[in-house]
Amino acid sequence: MSPASGRPSSRIARRFAALKEEGRGALVPYLQACDPDYDTSLALLRAMPGAGADLIEIGVPFSDPSADGPIIQAAARRGLKGGSTVGRVLEMVARFREGESDTPIVLMGYLNPIEAYGVERFCADAARAGVDGLIVVDLPPEEADLLEGPAAANGLDLVRLVAPTTTDARLPVVFDHASGFIYYVSITGVTGTRTASSDELAAALPRLRAATDLPVAIGFGIRTPDQAAAAVRVADAAVVASALIATLEDSLDEDGRATADTLPRVLGQLGDLSRAVRAARK
Amino acid sequence: MQGTQPDGPSAGNAQAGDTQPRPNSLRSGPDARGRFGIFGGRFVAETLMPLVLELDHAYAEAKADPAFRRELDYYLKDYVGRPSPLWFARRLTRELGGAKIYMKREELNHTGSHKLNNVMGQILLARRMGRTRIVAETGAGQHGVATATVCALFGLKCVIYMGATDVERQKPNVFRMRLLGAEVVPVTSGAGTLKDAMNEAMRDWVTNVRDTYFLVGTVAGPHPYPEMVRDFQSVIGEETREQMHAAEGRLPDIIVAAIGGGSNAMGIFHPFLDDASVRLIGVEAAGRGLDSGETAASIQRGRPGVLHGNRTYLLQDADGQIDEAHSISAGLDYPGIGPEHSWLHEIGRAEYVGATDDEALAAFQLCTRTEGIIPALECAHALAHVAKLAPTLDPETLIVLNVSGRGDKDIFTVAAHLGVTL
Repeated sequence: MSPASGRPSSRIARRFAALKEEGRGALVPYLQACDPDYDTSLALLRAMPGAGADLIEIGVPFSDPSADGPIIQAAARRGLKGGSTVGRVLEMVARFREGESDTPIVLMGYLNPIEAYGVERFCADAARAGVDGLIVVDLPPEEADLLEGPAAANGLDLVRLVAPTTTDARLPVVFDHASGFIYYVSITGVTGTRTASSDELAAALPRLRAATDLPVAIGFGIRTPDQAAAAVRVADAAVVASALIATLEDSLDEDGRATADTLPRVLGQLGDLSRAVRAARK
Repeated sequence: MQGTQPDGPSAGNAQAGDTQPRPNSLRSGPDARGRFGIFGGRFVAETLMPLVLELDHAYAEAKADPAFRRELDYYLKDYVGRPSPLWFARRLTRELGGAKIYMKREELNHTGSHKLNNVMGQILLARRMGRTRIVAETGAGQHGVATATVCALFGLKCVIYMGATDVERQKPNVFRMRLLGAEVVPVTSGAGTLKDAMNEAMRDWVTNVRDTYFLVGTVAGPHPYPEMVRDFQSVIGEETREQMHAAEGRLPDIIVAAIGGGSNAMGIFHPFLDDASVRLIGVEAAGRGLDSGETAASIQRGRPGVLHGNRTYLLQDADGQIDEAHSISAGLDYPGIGPEHSWLHEIGRAEYVGATDDEALAAFQLCTRTEGIIPALECAHALAHVAKLAPTLDPETLIVLNVSGRGDKDIFTVAAHLGVTL
C-alpha cells in the first residue's frame, strides 16, 4: 500500500486489505449507541460481526443532529433517553472488544460532546477502548486541526466526508490528513432520505479514485440489498444506517422499549444486506 | 477614521463598508478563518462547506462593489424607511428619575423590527448569486416576516422554518408570513423553538444546495454570517452616532440592547467598539431567573461549545448536549449567542446581564404607558435593565436603548400573562 493509505497496521487498513484479497466490498452497518437502551445496543453490536458486518459505525447521540434525517434524529433522542453519554459509548466499545478484536469500530457524531469530554482525553480513551476511527460530521478540514494531532497520536483514523458539492479543486484539501477510508456522502441532503442512482455513483467515483488511494465507502440513502450491492460494485464499502434503525424502531413496543423481535429483525436484515454485498461482484 | 475622532461622527463615514478600522481596532474581526478570538469559525458538514466558501467570496465581492452599496442604500431609504429616529424618551426619563434615556426606534422600520436591515442586504446578495429559493429560521417570527416580505418584493420562493411552540405563541406573525406568500413549516423536533427551527433550516439547505440561499437572521452560524449580518445591522449604530452627536454634541455613555442571537445589539454596539468611554450592555433573557434552570442566558449560564456552525457560548449539560432555552420572548429563546458577543464578553469590552420574564413584562407596560410605544417583548428585556440602571445615574448620563421591534405581535402573550382573555 502507498503511504497515502494510512497506517497499514491499523485495524481498518487490515480489514480493507483482507477484503480486497477476497475480492469483495465491505458492509458497514450503523447503530446509535443506547438506542433504545445500553444492553440492547451492546447485544446488537456484539452480534453484528456474526450477521455480516465488516466494519461497524456507532452513532454517538447528540441533541442537535443537524445533518441527520428524521429516523436518526429519533434514534439519537432514544439513545439520550437510554442513558448515552460519551463515556458510556466508550465503555460499550470496550465491552465489545472483550470478545472481538478484528472488526473495526468507527464512531460517528458531532463535535460538541467530544469537546465537552475533552478532545485529548477522548482520543486517548477511545483508542484504549478499541475504537479505530472517527467521523465528526460538523468538523470540516478547515477546522479539523483541533482533532488531527490527538487522533494521530492515539492511532485513530480520521475519516473524511466528501459530498457531491465537493469540487475537484477542493479534494486535496479534504484528503489532506485523511486516513482509514473516505466516506462519500452520495446525495446532497440529510441521512435516510433520497438514494443516489447508480449513474450518479458511477460518475462520482472516478474523480475520488483519481485523488486518493484510500478505500471509499458510500453512505446516505442505501436501504436495500440491491442498493448495497450496487454501491460495492463501484466502491469499497456500503454504509447502511437509517434502514436498519427504521427496523429497530418498528420492533419497539409502544413505550419505546426493545422486544424479543428487536435483535432478530435487525440482524436478519443485516444478513440479507450482507449476502447481497458478498454476491455483488460475482 | 472614527478611531481618530473618538468624540464625534465624521461626515461621510456613515456607511457600513467604508470605515477603515485602526490596526489595533476591536472592529477588525473576524480573521480569515472567521474567528473572533477563539469564537466563530465554520463548523458545518462537508456538503455545506463549498457553499459557505462561495458565500464568503460573493459577500467580499459585493462589499467591495459600490453598485451593491448604492442599491442597498436605495432600498434601506425608500423601502425600509431609514434612517430610524433617535427619540428622547422624556416621560420615561422623568419616571425613572436619573439618566437621560434615548430610544433608537428600530420598531419603525418596515415590518416592525431591525430584522429588515439584514434581510435587505442578504436578499440583494442572494439575487447577485442567482439563487431563486430562500429558506430561513425564525423564532418570534420577526425575521420570518422580514424574509417573507423581501421574497414577495422580489418574487422569490420562500420557506420559513419555525418551531411548533413558536407557531402557537406567535400566530399573528405566522398569518403575516403566509399572506406574504411564504410557506411556514412548523418544526416539532426538540422543544419546537428557535434552535430546532435552525436545525431544520440547515437540513433544508443541505438538501437543496443548488438553488437555495439560507438567509440567517442573526449574528451566528458559520462564517461569514456573523460578520455579514453584523455589517448589515451596523447601520443602527452608525445612525445612532450621528443622531446623538446632533442631539447632544457627544457620544452616548451607555448603550443597552436585548440579546438572543444578538443581531440588534451587535448592530448598535459595533460602531462604538473603539470608543472606550461608551459602556455596552447586552441584556439576555433570564427566563424564570438565571438560576431557575429555565433561562436563555447563554453567556451568564453557558460555556463555550460548537453548535449551528460556530463556536460560542452555549447552554449545555456536562456531556455537551444542548439544553433547551426558556424565555417568554420567542425571539430570545435560543441556547446560544453570536460568536462576536462571546468574544466581547471574554475581553471585557461589553457587559452581559439578565432580565427575567416578569421584569420584561413590567417594562413592556412601562414603555407603553409612558412613551406610547408598545415594544416587542425582546427589547422589553433591555428596557427592564435600563429601568434598574437609570435611577442610579446622574441626569447628565446619556443612555441609548435599542427598541429593536414593536410589540403588536406580543399582545396575546402579554394578555395571557396578565390574565386577560382577548
